[in-house]
Amino acid sequence: MKHDFIDRYARLESPVHALDPRAKTIALFAIVICCVTTPPGAWWPFAVYAALVLVIANASRLPLKYMATRVLIVLPFILVVALFVPFMHEGGPTYDLGLFSVSRDGLIVLWNVTVKALISVSCLILLSSTTPFADLMHGFERMKVPRFFTTVASFMYRYVFLIVDEAERMKRARDSRNYRGRWIWHAHVIGHMIASLFLRSQERAERVYQAMSARGFDGTFPRVSEPKMRAADYFFMLAVTLAALSGRLVVLWT
Amino acid sequence: MDVIPIPQLTAIMIEGLHYTYPDGTPALRGVDLLVRKGETVALMGPNGAGKSTLALHLNGILTGTGKVEVMGLEVNKKNVRAVRDLVGLVFQDPDDQLFSPTVEEDVSFGPLNQRLPAEQVRHAVARALTWVGMEGSENRSPHHMSFGEKKRISLATVLAMDPEILVLDEPVANLDPRGRREFTELLNTLDGTKVIVTHDFDIARDVCGRVVLMEDGQVVADGGPADILSDNGLLERHGLL
Repeated sequence: MKHDFIDRYARLESPVHALDPRAKTIALFAIVICCVTTPPGAWWPFAVYAALVLVIANASRLPLKYMATRVLIVLPFILVVALFVPFMHEGGPTYDLGLFSVSRDGLIVLWNVTVKALISVSCLILLSSTTPFADLMHGFERMKVPRFFTTVASFMYRYVFLIVDEAERMKRARDSRNYRGRWIWHAHVIGHMIASLFLRSQERAERVYQAMSARGFDGTFPRVSEPKMRAADYFFMLAVTLAALSGRLVVLWT
Repeated sequence: MDVIPIPQLTAIMIEGLHYTYPDGTPALRGVDLLVRKGETVALMGPNGAGKSTLALHLNGILTGTGKVEVMGLEVNKKNVRAVRDLVGLVFQDPDDQLFSPTVEEDVSFGPLNQRLPAEQVRHAVARALTWVGMEGSENRSPHHMSFGEKKRISLATVLAMDPEILVLDEPVANLDPRGRREFTELLNTLDGTKVIVTHDFDIARDVCGRVVLMEDGQVVADGGPADILSDNGLLERHGLL
């Protein structure tokens, strides 16, 4: 079966794709951190962050529609949490709309949550869509993220689709025997499916490990080459970080 | 077959090998087998006969009681690294074999574990991919490939280690007829000692010079493909017909 991979566009060619994963990770996290620590009520800093994101996104040549749909996926979650704040918030100036009133502070909270989430998520999408997953993990490793986490994440990325396929096949086999799952006592079928999926995954893990041992695996992953950070990587990292910081610092003076 | 092993000519020597799975299921009950260098042997038999279990003993993934020697080296805890350099095992399901995000990483996994220098690793990867007819696929992801392609890459991951002995578990199972034919031809182009676990008569006939029949954890027949595969009585007795 075909799946949509999180790094589907990670092998395009663009200046952003060519950057070292470490430079991208640090620069984009700098934007995220500056953005989420910006106090509510500030306007200019968000313009700076948004501009940075747009410039990087434009340079990355990612399809606009792909970016937009990915970013918009988070919107419903924010709306569920924050949409009612303007109506519930008490104290401070309000705008009277007849039937109910809207709190000014509440509106600022809503705006803040939305804009921070959108900018942060855009940064993460930029990172994961311009870097093949394997390179991202190796970049993390070289930034001293424990190997345990990167190895687990790499295996998850490799095998999650296989497990999804397996679950899908089990579901088809079940449904073709007219399973409807109508009543609560049908739930045990789903329990059994989860259990057998777990057992199959565990057995597969055993076989994968055997296949790795057969090729001399001893618990470490030696690498062919260790790419070095080039001038362009340092430049990108510093430029983006400084720009984000200056956006963040504007607040202090005003 | 009573043969006196001549060390210089012996690739695999197994004597009185017994193995019981941790849950108590006996899988091998006294296997004796001698494979000469350069020989291609088909290991056949019904499901549960112990063929795959035997294959896992050939490079020390499993260790039972009895004696296993490859290229004159006893398979035990101490020799296991050297043995795995000598014996390449290709598993049945390519999704078990291929775990890396890219073909290149998967094929270089073995050579890197052999601690080869970077230049030689690259060379080994390119050579192995050319052998299996998948040159230029270094940057593709194995999980995006067709089953036949995955099979070829699986073989390449082991060929890259340049093993003396190649052990293949069901190399053509689940392949379509063309994939089967192409993979059979590919196997014929590879030199060296090969042990092929299979149910496929064509592979046994076209690639192998010898057929070893197993049932219930023992070798029950051993001979040329023409003799064994035409003995309908024998095949029927052991669930192959």
